[in-house]
Amino acid sequence: MQQPESSDLSRILAPVLARHGKDSAQLLQILRDVQDACHHIPAEAIDQIAAHLDVPRVTVEGVVGFYSFLSTQPVGQYRLLFSNNITDQMLGKDDLLKYLCNKLWVEQGRVSEDGLISVDNTSCTGMCDQGPAALINGWPLTNLDQNRLDLIAELIRSQKPVAEWPPMLFEVVDNICRTDVLLGEPFTPGAAIKQVLARGAKETLAEMDQSNLRGRGGAGFKTASKWSFCHAAIAEEEGSVICDIGGNPERFIVCNADEGEPGTFKDRVLLNSHADLVFEGMTVGARVVGASKGFLYLRGEYRYLLEKLEGVLKRRREAGLLGDNILGQAGFSFDIEIHLGAGAYICGEESALIESLEGKRGRPRNRPPFPVTHGYKGRPTVVDNVETFACSARIAEKGGEWFAAMGTAQSTGTKLLSISGDVARPGIYEYPFGVTLRQILDDCGAEDPYAVQVSGPSGVMVSWKEFDRKIAFEDLPTAGAFMVFKRSRDLFQAARNFAHFFAHESCGFCTPCRVGTQLQKKIMDKIGSGHGTICDMEELKRLGFILKSMSHCGLGSSAANPMLDALEKFPDVFERKLKALAFEPAFDLDGALETARRITGRDDEWAHL
Amino acid sequence: MSDPKLKVRIATCSLAGCFGCHMSVLDIDERLLGLLELIEFDRTPLTDIKHCGPCDVGIVEGGVCNAENVHVLKEFRKNCKVLVAIGACAITGGIPAMRNNIDLWDCFQEVYQYEGGLEGGQVPNDPELPLPFDKVHPINEVVKVDYFLPGCPPSGDAIWRFLTDLLNGREPKLDYEMLHYD
Repeated sequence: MQQPESSDLSRILAPVLARHGKDSAQLLQILRDVQDACHHIPAEAIDQIAAHLDVPRVTVEGVVGFYSFLSTQPVGQYRLLFSNNITDQMLGKDDLLKYLCNKLWVEQGRVSEDGLISVDNTSCTGMCDQGPAALINGWPLTNLDQNRLDLIAELIRSQKPVAEWPPMLFEVVDNICRTDVLLGEPFTPGAAIKQVLARGAKETLAEMDQSNLRGRGGAGFKTASKWSFCHAAIAEEEGSVICDIGGNPERFIVCNADEGEPGTFKDRVLLNSHADLVFEGMTVGARVVGASKGFLYLRGEYRYLLEKLEGVLKRRREAGLLGDNILGQAGFSFDIEIHLGAGAYICGEESALIESLEGKRGRPRNRPPFPVTHGYKGRPTVVDNVETFACSARIAEKGGEWFAAMGTAQSTGTKLLSISGDVARPGIYEYPFGVTLRQILDDCGAEDPYAVQVSGPSGVMVSWKEFDRKIAFEDLPTAGAFMVFKRSRDLFQAARNFAHFFAHESCGFCTPCRVGTQLQKKIMDKIGSGHGTICDMEELKRLGFILKSMSHCGLGSSAANPMLDALEKFPDVFERKLKALAFEPAFDLDGALETARRITGRDDEWAHL
Repeated sequence: MSDPKLKVRIATCSLAGCFGCHMSVLDIDERLLGLLELIEFDRTPLTDIKHCGPCDVGIVEGGVCNAENVHVLKEFRKNCKVLVAIGACAITGGIPAMRNNIDLWDCFQEVYQYEGGLEGGQVPNDPELPLPFDKVHPINEVVKVDYFLPGCPPSGDAIWRFLTDLLNGREPKLDYEMLHYD
């Protein structure tokens, strides 16, 4: 592909830089825009951006290198990334990818000679209920099949701009299959804020406390505690309190919409159809902790929701639900800014997310200190999941007691599940906590279910023997993913897919995770390609222990879960693949000599193994 | 251990390596003399024994880059009770594995056809020459390895500590100082 001339580059860069200003926290947003415009980040752009933000060049390069949607080498003018979750694979993604590559004469992972197209895999795009899915220049394609790929190939060959492609290719549906209090009841924007203003911030926190709401991102920390810690924290610099424009101690509210866990898509639906509830929850949080600024960190894969969400924010500002003096309350100012991610699962970890919000590589911080005291730019910050904020809005409106009456003792309220895999009706299901897997599987029409991956690769693989277990923090905590596998599925392939996922998404900061996830992937590939032995199964267990005990953050410590679960609950899926019980080489020794045999024309005894 | 008949028998070899790890063995210096009271060598570059016989410990330097390496390595594995990978090349492929990103045919052309001063410009095909793999592999991808002794090369002290631990029946353990290289 042609490098843009430097005058062209300046023409592209100038408005981008002007729009984002000189705050280095905007670096990632700037790079996203440049990548969109140039299909890569040219070296000269890195120089200019570094000068504009007054940061070292390596800082910019470091950020470009970190996020998988950014690249220093040109990608295709049409960049097609297939979602590589196990559910997409089960729907035939691998064959479809090959089909398209053959059709367009392009090799996976390479850019076509004319620079027109590149085709590759990407981590789960959150369309598991309507896969196989892909992204074309960042826009989601769903329900892919050969017919649709034929059409897409034609559109690319005729170089039709993506904006002019038929809308049906981009259709994303909510698939809400079961509703309860969160999704099922009508909500009037402002209703929760009115209650908060009538009741007061302190009383609202008391209601939150009574509700016993726990974080919906999976970890289950009590939200009221997080909010009260943040409220109590004050950032100081040289002895004086750091204040916002209103003269109050500066604090931040961050909504974590980096829904990267493969198999999870509930936040996509909440943001698409219940954004008011989410933004209202953030505003409630802002009133309680005393924050004037909020961020929605939206994963890059959900970039298609951006304009719609900006529209909701605009409408809320016009209705006096955001901005200065909200609902006429003097001194109550709060506004929300949307930041986009760029393809990094690790940014779902709250401290990595904050780093990313600050425009840096998404590397998890050392904790403590926790974000509630030292978060965004070192200020007290609440980071909560999308669903947590939606629940908070409901609690502010209807009270803590009402909420606590649902669910179980330790897990109050309802939970959204994103159900995909071998079921008749994939989609979003809202259940009160305490529901059994058996009940859920019945409701979604699971066919001959054999295993369920609860809460994604970092969660738990549950076998058919355990289907009476319950979704609750007391038993099976979950961020929402619920992938169902029928009896005839090869569960080894699922575990192998997850091993590849973690190896790709490890941020590379700590050695146990950076190296451990790669070794895990290699061993799974060795077993998968028929070279495995008992030694390799033992090695996986040993590696799993190291990953669990030595990693810097949750990604590494949960990266062995799928392997350890499968080894414990389904050892036969490994054993069936083993070549021998004793050690076996990791590759085909004789086959690896074939190239040299061909080159030298040798076929003697010593040229074989 | 003082009974000479009960000496621990050790074999060593270098596959796709530079013999640097072997040189580092010599850095055990005068302690070698004490060590020789406890051990005897089977196949090593020092003894010039061509094939490895039954041994207690086999120490392998270098990765696996050709068919001959595999024969040697399998012979070691078959004969040695404990097999040790010594140095970066044996453990990861190391420097020789830098060719893994280059197509084998391109390598051959570069060496035998484009390089000046070579008569005929032919790729040699004598059966006596070991046939190269398309990639260089760490030895643990070919045989089961019991211990990994890292470093490029591991220091004489690290090798000394490792061997004396083994000889004394302890699980070998290297201190942090012996594992950091900057």
